[in-house]
Amino acid sequence: MLITYIIRRILWSVPFLFVVSLIAFALIQAPPGDYLTTFAATLAQSGDVVDQERLELLRERYGLDQPFIVQYWKWISGVLVGDFGISFEWQQPVSNLIWERMALSVTLATSTLLFTWAVAFPIGVYSAVKKYTLGDYVITAVGFIGLAMPSFLVALVLMYIAVVFFGTDVSGLFSEEFEKAPWSLAKIGDLLSHLWLPVVILGLGSTASLTRIMRANLLDELHKPYVTTARAKGLSELRLILKYPVRMALNPFVSTLGWAFPQLISGAVITAFVLSLPTSGPLLLQALLAQDMYLAGAFILLLCCLSVVGMLVSDILLAVIDPRIRYR
Amino acid sequence: MSVVADPHIDPNADPRAIAGEDSASQWRLIWGSFRRHRLAMTGAVVVIAFYLVALFTEFLAPFDPDAPSSRDVYHPPQMIHLFDTNADGSWAFRPHVNGMKLSRDRFTLKTTFSPDPDKKIYLTLFGDGTPYKMWGLIPMEKRLIAAVTPGERFYLLGADRLGRDMLSRIIAGTRVSMSIGLAGVAVSLLLGLVLGGVSGYYGGWVDTGVQRLIELKLSLPTIPIWLGLSAALPQDWAPLTRYFAITLILSLVGWTELARVVRGRFLALRTEDFVVAARLDGGSKARVIFRHMMPSMVSHIIASVSLAIPVMIIAETSLSFLGLGLLPPTISWGVLLKEAQNVRSIAQAPWLFAPGIAVCAAVLALNFLGDGLRDAADPYAQEGR
Repeated sequence: MLITYIIRRILWSVPFLFVVSLIAFALIQAPPGDYLTTFAATLAQSGDVVDQERLELLRERYGLDQPFIVQYWKWISGVLVGDFGISFEWQQPVSNLIWERMALSVTLATSTLLFTWAVAFPIGVYSAVKKYTLGDYVITAVGFIGLAMPSFLVALVLMYIAVVFFGTDVSGLFSEEFEKAPWSLAKIGDLLSHLWLPVVILGLGSTASLTRIMRANLLDELHKPYVTTARAKGLSELRLILKYPVRMALNPFVSTLGWAFPQLISGAVITAFVLSLPTSGPLLLQALLAQDMYLAGAFILLLCCLSVVGMLVSDILLAVIDPRIRYR
Repeated sequence: MSVVADPHIDPNADPRAIAGEDSASQWRLIWGSFRRHRLAMTGAVVVIAFYLVALFTEFLAPFDPDAPSSRDVYHPPQMIHLFDTNADGSWAFRPHVNGMKLSRDRFTLKTTFSPDPDKKIYLTLFGDGTPYKMWGLIPMEKRLIAAVTPGERFYLLGADRLGRDMLSRIIAGTRVSMSIGLAGVAVSLLLGLVLGGVSGYYGGWVDTGVQRLIELKLSLPTIPIWLGLSAALPQDWAPLTRYFAITLILSLVGWTELARVVRGRFLALRTEDFVVAARLDGGSKARVIFRHMMPSMVSHIIASVSLAIPVMIIAETSLSFLGLGLLPPTISWGVLLKEAQNVRSIAQAPWLFAPGIAVCAAVLALNFLGDGLRDAADPYAQEGR
């Protein structure tokens, strides 16, 4: 039963991925003019000789004088074997530029999600069990502010505090000596020591909303008869709460992977820009501003795919945890 | 029961007996339960204040938001002092700000402002300022706060890198930022009503299709798509055209939540007795929808709308902050925050953060208002609070 559900769900995401790739390609196509004109202009600007023959070759390769469908086909069949086209601004294949940044983006989003879970779970439970106490009010107030403040503002304020009061620069993901260094254990350690700040900034909003959801769900469960029964039978309060109502209220946690993951990826673009992190966001923005569309399209495609896959994983996990979903 | 003389006093009286005399409409019930929600009432007051500011921008701003002043680059904020000492030492009510003196370091050329004890700028309410056109139509000179001596400049929230008054700019930004929220929500409401309504009313494959569309939309990260769409807008469009294009882009991504609410209500209402009765009575589809189903959905829709506006405001702010939303000379909170993008300028002029406070206050107030409306609109949510 579970297997068929998983297979059905995976099959469902295939048309999704197809539509996503169409959207990404439509965005590549959207700016006026074709990229070869841009390319020729960039080349001319940097003083290179514009080689007409090379331009013709490129035109041929990307099918630029042909209809949308043909161009899309040429692009997507390249993408499937890892060829994302070339970046006009950087004068090199897009695939050289994106993977390290995408890996850092995934690391950032995943650690933020783990952080969100680790923080929101105990706080949400506490807030529900101790409803209308001082602690609950403080949590609610902080939560509302966390929801109302866009993450880039939080990042700016923290950067300001760090510079003015502590005299340090908190931007970036690596210390200077590691920035260009090849990957090593020491570099990973350095990454971890820088990662926490963006994680906290980025996770604030989703932590706040997840705490609210946990609190509301647990409050619904706490007054159900089975809780009273368990209590009447003499189960200790802590075990009682963790074992039954919390177990019931846990579903939204797993499903956050579905809705919070896209939001995290999306919020990370701006926060990463403010903190100048070497993730996909800043490069995507730069590519969009320079109309370097193959590069931008590759990022948009990959970020979208990432969140579609996140949704898929969350649905499967939900079905594993909650049998009711499998049989629907 | 029959011995009771006054049904208004007796708590055991049959409610049906008094229904004719004292029945409250749905709106009065909602208002009644909304009024008890203190946070939501505060939110409502703040939201109304923001929209009033948006409405009377020109009058409330002390200066023209675009007027630069080369001598007041990064002028720090000045406090209003209400009382002034006369020559003989007595006090008098004369609101003023203390003047600032500009000095330039001889070697680093760094400019610093220091208080100038000899200079006071007296302020008055409803004084004459630089002339302007109210709503672009009526020529006026009165401003809410103005210097007594015409031409003198004062900076209650500091000045930016061109010496433009931040307070005036934030007030001008209020109009754009608050209205783009409204306009964006209006368009997404239309999309949400049509798609959600069709989906909920017809069910079947139409419903499945719309549901898949919503799922697809929810599984995509919004900001990269927003960025991609707005990067495609030509840079040389007029500010107004760009404003509408950005509104459209925001609402294209924001309609799903509204569609979900509408669909959910349609599904729930479709099988209600009064709707079935109306249908069996031979009411046309339009009549069933608009006469019978709409009234019980409106309150929910209003609540979701007020929760959708802050999302739009944050989205506009983010886009403009990144330089892909509204562009100068248009003034919005996001455009203003763009000035606070690098650490150097905010370390020198922390008051550039002020638009951020406006964003947070507006979003928070709208969220409280929306939460309160949602609770008040849902008669079954009473015991939870």
